[in-house]
Amino acid sequence: MNKPVRRIAIFCGLLVLALMLRDNWLQFVQADELKTNKHNHRVDIARYSQPRGNIIVDGQEITGSQETNGIDYKYKRTYKDGPMWAPVTGYSSQRFDSNQIEKLEDKVLTGDDDRLFFNRTVDMITGKGKKGGDVITTLNAKAQEAAFKGLGDKQGAVAALDPRTGKILALASTPSYDPSTIAGANDGAAYTALTKDKNQPMLNRALRQTYPPGSTFKVVTASAALENGLYKDVDSKTDSPLPWTLPDTAGVELKNEGNLPCKDATLREALRVSCNTVFGKVSADLGNKKMMDEAAKFGFNKPIDTPVRAVPSIFPKDNRPQNAMAGIGQASNRVTPLQMAMVAAAVANNGKLMEPYMVDKLRAPNLNVIEHHTPKEMSQPLSSEHAQMLQSIMETVVESGTGTAAKIDGVKVGGKTGTAQHGVDNSGNPYAWFISYAKTDNGSPVAVAVVIEGDDNTARDDIAGGRLAAPIAKSVMEAVLKTEK
Amino acid sequence: MSHTSNTTTISTAGAPSRRNTELALLAFAVIIPCFAYANVGLALHGEMPSGMLGYGIGLGLLAGVGHLVVRKFAKYADPLLLPLAALLNGIGLVLIWRLDQSPRLAQLAKNQGFKFVPSAPNQMLYSALGIGLFVAVVIFLKDHRILQRYTYISMAVALGLLIAPMFFPAKFGARIWITLPGLGSLQPGEFAKIVLSIFFAGYLMVKRDALALASRRFMGMYLPRGRDLGPILAVWALSILVLVFETDLGTSLLFFGMFVVMLYVATERTSWIVFGLLMSAVGAVGVASFEAHVQARVNAWLDPFGGWGKSAASEQISQALMSFGSGGVFGAGWGQGYSDLIGFAANSDFILGTVGEELGLAGVMAILLIYGLIVERGVRTALAARDPFGKLLACGLSGAFAIQVFVVAGGVMGLIPLTGMTMPFMAYGGSSVLANWALVAILIKISDTARRPAPAPAPSPDAEMTQVVRP
Repeated sequence: MNKPVRRIAIFCGLLVLALMLRDNWLQFVQADELKTNKHNHRVDIARYSQPRGNIIVDGQEITGSQETNGIDYKYKRTYKDGPMWAPVTGYSSQRFDSNQIEKLEDKVLTGDDDRLFFNRTVDMITGKGKKGGDVITTLNAKAQEAAFKGLGDKQGAVAALDPRTGKILALASTPSYDPSTIAGANDGAAYTALTKDKNQPMLNRALRQTYPPGSTFKVVTASAALENGLYKDVDSKTDSPLPWTLPDTAGVELKNEGNLPCKDATLREALRVSCNTVFGKVSADLGNKKMMDEAAKFGFNKPIDTPVRAVPSIFPKDNRPQNAMAGIGQASNRVTPLQMAMVAAAVANNGKLMEPYMVDKLRAPNLNVIEHHTPKEMSQPLSSEHAQMLQSIMETVVESGTGTAAKIDGVKVGGKTGTAQHGVDNSGNPYAWFISYAKTDNGSPVAVAVVIEGDDNTARDDIAGGRLAAPIAKSVMEAVLKTEK
Repeated sequence: MSHTSNTTTISTAGAPSRRNTELALLAFAVIIPCFAYANVGLALHGEMPSGMLGYGIGLGLLAGVGHLVVRKFAKYADPLLLPLAALLNGIGLVLIWRLDQSPRLAQLAKNQGFKFVPSAPNQMLYSALGIGLFVAVVIFLKDHRILQRYTYISMAVALGLLIAPMFFPAKFGARIWITLPGLGSLQPGEFAKIVLSIFFAGYLMVKRDALALASRRFMGMYLPRGRDLGPILAVWALSILVLVFETDLGTSLLFFGMFVVMLYVATERTSWIVFGLLMSAVGAVGVASFEAHVQARVNAWLDPFGGWGKSAASEQISQALMSFGSGGVFGAGWGQGYSDLIGFAANSDFILGTVGEELGLAGVMAILLIYGLIVERGVRTALAARDPFGKLLACGLSGAFAIQVFVVAGGVMGLIPLTGMTMPFMAYGGSSVLANWALVAILIKISDTARRPAPAPAPSPDAEMTQVVRP
């Protein structure tokens, strides 16, 4: 009877061996995968087991961590001026993951980044807990405040850049939300309310919403005209009949806003009074391909990582009449406020477009800088000479055209207004646009784009960018100029 | 049986009793859990746990009593079984105490409307009762062969134990409990395991020749006669009934597996194994095709993360898998894991998850080796046993133990579909602790008989008369 007993011994050994192999598979081969599984609650528990590093603007922390008495999480994220900074910080929630900088720089903020390995090890040896690093942003607190207060209870967004470097100075979106209200483990109701709000307070309009650009797009069209040699300078007469009919249509006229002196107007005059006919014809003369190329040089048709990703602004392939309409920003081309700030910035920086960014430095808990962002040139949408011509005519717009509301004493300001119609038969409330830059002896320190979504209470004719959006742009520029000194 | 002596430790010269080895090992088996206990306290509260002294003394006393009784009543018993069982029991106590400290589990109990009761004190009581049962078996079971007399009574008792839970309400999706109002609940399946192995051993010992020899050869296999198929069919039917009416896949698998193992050992016919595997496959697939409870378990096994948020079974098995994965090779350390996220049954069926997370791959391998050692010591006892009944019984008990470990550990680690069973000695639960201590006691008795030196031949009355005549 011993032979079968021995076989049973082997069989039992095999059972244990199978368990051991399985255990090696789980705890060695698959361990990392299971550790970081999206359902693995330990990731979140670890994230909130110590105070997170902070996001910093102008040397001031705009985030914080608060000790809680929850079972799972020891600390909770808090935000100072949450609604104002939400488009920059994003949120970090114990229940709903995180987004934007909070998500992208999570490893630094929690202290898990590889570059913090030395710090971690030292802290472990000295018995201190793990600490998170800080994220130092490029934002300008005064400019942000001007932008956020300027938008007030209107729906819209502001993006401001330093044209010389691409630093993002202001990034505001309204209506906004306070990320503190959804940071905790028990904030499910608040989160649901926010996601269900039809005004979309969690939408980062400055980066994630695209709008028809309206007349502000004429700056891109003008630079396409100069770059492609369609017109040699901005002060000679253009070949612009009035009335002008859209190509390939049975006599559909492109109308101007009122009775404007647009017949054969110079580019300067056409931009000053915002002639649809002149720029529509420029776009039609250049054709879809050349317009798309120029738009792409300004950053269209691809996402932009700041590092928070901005959705692509679109200048699509289109038929001739639509392409002509796109030249005045009234077809299927769509832009983010950041994109229009980049257009203004490229012109202000003598044609050189700098890559926009908002994370300046990553700093270890011991204040060592572990990463420093260096400004990079993104492209050169127009030559320096042409850029200066465009500056000159944009300055005319502010001096004596539709953008006078943005005038600042003692500083050269260039701008362009826009009022974008949208919806079926233009039934939607129009969008008021204003893009501008200010220029001092040290080059241009600020370019800004403002968009305001009109609501039902706004009179239609009252929406023109010059009246609603330009004052906000002006106060943002002033804030930057003041801190610049 | 004639050639056993060359493979066993038996010799008339008298094997060393190895009682001192056992004592030394027992010291380790007490000290290791004490260190573990201190470790948990330091990790969780930053200080030595207040119950440390009581726990150490308690565990030491239990182990000491066990040892003394073995020294007195089973002098030649296997020296490893008691220390290994005591070590697992001690570690289990620490794990249960560690999970008692989890605010997450306390909150879970509160949310479900229960009052949170710490399990460790109960488990300590069960362990004491378990050692008590162990002591009683070692003292009062003079010879394991006595059990042979109760072959058919055992059958009746086993049937009773197996059928009884059908008349009690299902708990947590399985009908394996007998609830006695005011006294708590009992898992008769754990005891049925032992009683049934006594029946099988007694029955097979008598019938083995008929089963082994009266067969026809067909396609290279010995097919049993139709009438000899009766017993295996009956046991198969019983295990299927258990599966269907008690929705308890684990117990069903355990009994059938144990029976096939013992049948094979008794008859030395491989054909029985083939039959057994075929029948269990047919039974399992057949039942799975209409039992929703079994289907859910199988689905959770095939794709644990796929059922996240939809099926509690899937969620629990994925939590267990993440526990193992998060432990990695060396584990998080005592008291520093989050295996309490497993939630329900974290300290019973899923206790291995806590080992995996806090002690890591290294710890789980060690625990599995300890289980493996217990089984191999049991099988070794079977080899050494001099009577067929003892052989069969030891083999059946160790086989059942091995299958139980495989079924529950394999289930928790996602190797096979999860079935509700407890890790012997470690998991929380009175029935399990008591039954397994009794099991070890029987093995100890068998091994004592096996290793006991054969009585010296009686002196021949003629011895004096024989003279050696030297030339």
